Amino acid sequence: MKSARLLFLQILVAVFAIALWHVVSTTSLFGDPKTMKFFFSTPYDVFWRTVKVFVEGTIWKHLGITLLETILAFVVGSSAGIVIGFWFARKPLVAAVFDPYVKMINALPRVVLAPIFALWFGLGIWSKVALGFTLVFFVVFFNVYQGVKEVNPVILANARMLGMNERQLLRHVYWPAALSWVFSSLHTSVGFALVGAVVGEYLGASAGLGYLIQQAEGVFDVAGVFSGMLILAVFVVIIDSLVSLVEKRLLKWRPTTEINTQA
Amino acid sequence: MLRTPAIRLTGVSISYVMTGGRRYDAVAPVDVAVEDGAFVSIVGPTGCGKSTLLNVAAGLAAPTTGTVDIYGKPLSGLNGQSGYLFQQDALMPWKTSEDNVALGLEVKGIARAEALSQARSMLAKVGLKAFGDRYPHQLSGGQKKRVALAQVLVRHPKILLMDEPFGPLDAQTRLVMGELLSTLWQADRKAVMFVTHDLDEAIGLSDRVLIMSAGPQSRIIGDFAVDLDRPRDLGEIRHDPRFHRLHREIWSVLRDEVRKTYGLADA
Repeated sequence: MKSARLLFLQILVAVFAIALWHVVSTTSLFGDPKTMKFFFSTPYDVFWRTVKVFVEGTIWKHLGITLLETILAFVVGSSAGIVIGFWFARKPLVAAVFDPYVKMINALPRVVLAPIFALWFGLGIWSKVALGFTLVFFVVFFNVYQGVKEVNPVILANARMLGMNERQLLRHVYWPAALSWVFSSLHTSVGFALVGAVVGEYLGASAGLGYLIQQAEGVFDVAGVFSGMLILAVFVVIIDSLVSLVEKRLLKWRPTTEINTQA
Repeated sequence: MLRTPAIRLTGVSISYVMTGGRRYDAVAPVDVAVEDGAFVSIVGPTGCGKSTLLNVAAGLAAPTTGTVDIYGKPLSGLNGQSGYLFQQDALMPWKTSEDNVALGLEVKGIARAEALSQARSMLAKVGLKAFGDRYPHQLSGGQKKRVALAQVLVRHPKILLMDEPFGPLDAQTRLVMGELLSTLWQADRKAVMFVTHDLDEAIGLSDRVLIMSAGPQSRIIGDFAVDLDRPRDLGEIRHDPRFHRLHREIWSVLRDEVRKTYGLADA
């Protein structure tokens, strides 16, 4: 009953927003409809444009490319983050030596790297994967590093008293502790992988959602831009809920913190 | 009576260097012996270093001076013959109860199937037969302690070291856990070094109660033999006149130390 009510309210927000958009773009309440339509397009146009790309099937290729880039960036970025994070956490000297450089690179806005990556890896998928990698890597790296560093000392002492050697500690204590941090940052890192892919496409590509939006912007096709954004938004929500599903399976040993929606 | 004690601490003192370089002598040189098969409690006011002493016996901490002998052999590194029951939650949260218990056997090289079956029977002994597939967060405080106890006992250590294991539990659960420990211990009489601040618990469970003075430089200031018959009913034993007499005797020694900790001592 409560969740039905919540859903109703959520839909209400969407209906209200679309209605407002409709009023702004098609009536003369806020200005000349022609100008308004040029700047904001209309809900009707955006909807039909979106339907059109799906019906004609042109969108699937672009969605596929963006998805592939996202997955590659996520897999490569997290693997590297886990390995390096582990290594740094277990070898304080290495961590201390590289510390200023890690901070420097992480502080760099990734957008400035995009042209360099396009130069190095070409306009295909790999320059986007590289951009996503630089985002995902640091999220995972910092989480694993922290996770391994801050393993509960009591659990560690207990494991040692149970007779574990260094290798067994790594397998039964450090590894699961670090993984739990990786999984808990899954939403962020998958989101970053997608951001890397789309921004990369936007800045130079021949396919992908970011490319579509950029193309539409280039010819002032506002309906195309909004349609691209709509597809991207739904795409993100679907991926995010898939991540939630995976997370639920992997972290089933963790207490769930229920958010109370009751008033 | 000349049997080698399970644990012998000789002239053990513990000092820390605090931030700012000042030295804090937590424990003055003390001698403690725990005979094989004896249940020995160490009672003292908060912060007297009794847990540190236990960690020294476990090999988790090194003494500043003095030696630790386990069954007559000097201890180096961790005390492999002992099981340690921690005050805080020490179960791996990412493993189920039975995996937690089996783990201590698996790391010894026992095959997983065998380890699991031993773990299940040990869980049954601590009254958690139906809870093998639960994760620690799905258990109550008392249940978690039972799993931790099973985790320690399943490896059949010769020595049990316990650091206020029932401290965080409520009064009723403590009593039930005490009963359980008492029963399990009665079955194979390991050497036990049990640290607590609860005098009732100490007298009820132990063969000997050692009293530590307030820090710094805590010493052993009392050594009482508990001559109550076993098996004991921890709930009933509190009404035994001998229990009362012991309690009064020990408390008269302990009270001043507890008062000192809080700066209440009359000069």
